[in-house]
Amino acid sequence: MDYELLSRIQFGYTVGFHYIFPPLSIGLGLFLVIMEGTYLKTKNELYHQMTRFWVKIFGLIFALGVASGIVMEFQFGTNWATYSRFVGDVFGSALAAEGIFAFFLESGFLAILLFGWDKVKPRTHFFATIMVAFGAHFSAIWIVVANSWQQTPAGHHIVETANGVRAEIVDFWQVVFNPSFLDRISHVYMGAWQAGAFFVLSVSAFYLLRKKHIDFAKASMKIAIVIALFSSVFQLITGHWSADTVAETQPAKLAAFEGHYPAEAPAGAYLFGWVDEENEDVTGLEIPGLLSFLVHWDTDEPVTGLQAFSKEDRPPVNLVFQSYHIMVSIGMLLIALSVIGIIGWRTGILFTNRKLLWIFVFSVLLPQIANQLGWFSAEVGRQPWIVYGLLRTKDALSVSIGEGHVWLSMALFTFIYILLFILFIYLLNEKIQHGPVETKAKKEGGRS
Amino acid sequence: MSFTFDLNTIWFMLVGVLFIGYAILDGFDLGVGTLHLFTKSDTERRLMINSIGPVWDGNEVWLVTGGGALFAAFPEVYATSFSGFYVAMMFLLVGLIFRAVAIEFRSKQESKTWRQFWDISFSASSIISALLIGVALGNIAWGIPLDSNHEFIGTFWGLLHPYALIVGVTTVALFMMHGAIYVVLKTEGELQSKVRGWINNTIIFFIISYAITTMATLLYVPQMSANIQANPWLFVVPLLNMLAIANIPREIHHRREFRAFLSSCASVLLLLALFGIEMYPNLILSNPVIANSLTIYNAASSQKTLWIMLVIAILGMPLVLAYTSSIYWVFRGKVKLDESSY
Repeated sequence: MDYELLSRIQFGYTVGFHYIFPPLSIGLGLFLVIMEGTYLKTKNELYHQMTRFWVKIFGLIFALGVASGIVMEFQFGTNWATYSRFVGDVFGSALAAEGIFAFFLESGFLAILLFGWDKVKPRTHFFATIMVAFGAHFSAIWIVVANSWQQTPAGHHIVETANGVRAEIVDFWQVVFNPSFLDRISHVYMGAWQAGAFFVLSVSAFYLLRKKHIDFAKASMKIAIVIALFSSVFQLITGHWSADTVAETQPAKLAAFEGHYPAEAPAGAYLFGWVDEENEDVTGLEIPGLLSFLVHWDTDEPVTGLQAFSKEDRPPVNLVFQSYHIMVSIGMLLIALSVIGIIGWRTGILFTNRKLLWIFVFSVLLPQIANQLGWFSAEVGRQPWIVYGLLRTKDALSVSIGEGHVWLSMALFTFIYILLFILFIYLLNEKIQHGPVETKAKKEGGRS
Repeated sequence: MSFTFDLNTIWFMLVGVLFIGYAILDGFDLGVGTLHLFTKSDTERRLMINSIGPVWDGNEVWLVTGGGALFAAFPEVYATSFSGFYVAMMFLLVGLIFRAVAIEFRSKQESKTWRQFWDISFSASSIISALLIGVALGNIAWGIPLDSNHEFIGTFWGLLHPYALIVGVTTVALFMMHGAIYVVLKTEGELQSKVRGWINNTIIFFIISYAITTMATLLYVPQMSANIQANPWLFVVPLLNMLAIANIPREIHHRREFRAFLSSCASVLLLLALFGIEMYPNLILSNPVIANSLTIYNAASSQKTLWIMLVIAILGMPLVLAYTSSIYWVFRGKVKLDESSY
């Protein structure tokens, strides 16, 4: 396998593994703030018990996020040195802000969250929870700033230095609020809240099926289903917003999303399909004019297609088409599930219908898959560029290493990721089996 | 050395502060790891791990932020060193992650073999991480072969030369001493008196390796003493460093563990400050072609970026220091095993 492809695969699967955890931290962070806030307001022990349980789960997920995240930071330098030299000046400020404002905030206050229950006052503990949740959201901002800049570079100029060509910052705020930042960060947040909400729904549904921790599970589900509905509906809106920006700024990517080849023609959108890249043709179920309508509010307006770009400037089409379509389908499914959940709660069947509960147990996988595929569409859709229009992926690799090095690190990463994943599942299972602990002997309806 | 107090120099210091913060904080975590297998009973080993329980994760963030700041302020150094030290970096990553896994896993099963396995993993990964950090420092001082594009043109085995290994061992010894003092500070009773007995040995181990490093540096790495030679007043740094180390046995003798720990922190700080002073204004020396070295000028981001980041750092650093110290304040006192322990 060639060095470029191998390096891309390595980056893809390491960042994919890492991205299991941050959305859960962000989503659960919000959930923790709501629960602990409710506890402080109502003094209801149940919410105390809930917070303590979910904090433990949060701690585990956070630790895995840190362990897999260190790999990310090393990797830019080890495998993508030329890219690092090119973007360092622009990314610098975002990275500095991330490290100083977000990382320290999260990891510092997390110690209080996990180990400080008996050492600080309840209000201080709540403050720590808010800080951790805030830190988790804040760190996403800077990562998405950096990535959005790679999609839609702005606020920079290209400078010839003694070390070669590089991008340098001209306007900090233009870099931060580059054309795709706001829609993409909203899309990422909603995806993260979905991940957190369906995770809570899954564990709680499992307890209900086992007839354990009933009150705990019901109360957790009620909060989670509201977050699930809100984020799933808004995900549709942010998704549309994001696609609009892509249409404007990265037409080749948008064309790949829908397998739209003609250079300038009205375009439909597919419910599903298969792209024959050789013959530049798509087989599938198409709604005519829909893409034109979504982009221009007019079914007859032309949309730029892949043939407007020379072959070397096109991303892999079918791969992007499939991941984008599966993501969208899962998005729709999640809206449906959330609505069913809310109706189920109102009519009372949510907590008793075993089939429905089993669906929610497995629903945890859906936002995870959609989040992964969403990034996959965004990143593969940007190819062959690593920084859109400025730097090609093949020109971004480290010069001083080769294929052998990548194989070595690949073997090491596979080894530690398998270990980490086993650890994660093992500890998660242990914590779930152990369940919430009744904190004080107050009267409660449920047996826990 | 021509010293100009410009943005590049400020960022040289700030990146230095982050790495010194890392060495002081994760240094004792790694040190506890190096000493771990010398304790025998299960309770003692749990106390060892739990003495760093609430803080090791946050301490590692200093490395992440230090690496980030390096990427941001001196992208050329980040790119050259991380790709140049590829294999070593991968092993450091594995070491750090394996340590985290060992801490999490160890006490989850009662089985003796299970715990023995993770105890060895915890200790081995701590030792390897400390050693690799030292080897990297040794190479940065000794110089690594760079071409005119600042790309590394040597091999992994070439990085394991005697001087780098000596610095590596010195780093392990330093963290061992630092970790032993931390354990004495955080524990009580039998474990405390046991580890107190080790402190002198760790100091002797450190002093010997430090002396060998110093001799080797003076004999073979002349550029690493040029700055102090040219500015004799800077000799105060190694002098203070020696006094800080000498103060440790005195404080331990008087049972003033906290002051001993502060002394130990000071010696880590001064040692790295010494390293920084001698490196300045170089960040990575090129050996044999000195002209290809990376300095704080040819490796830096633009003045604009350094300036924006300085504003961010000025806003952020007081916050970081405030809550880091308040968190250590919350977890002050002796470590006790309870249900949230590892």
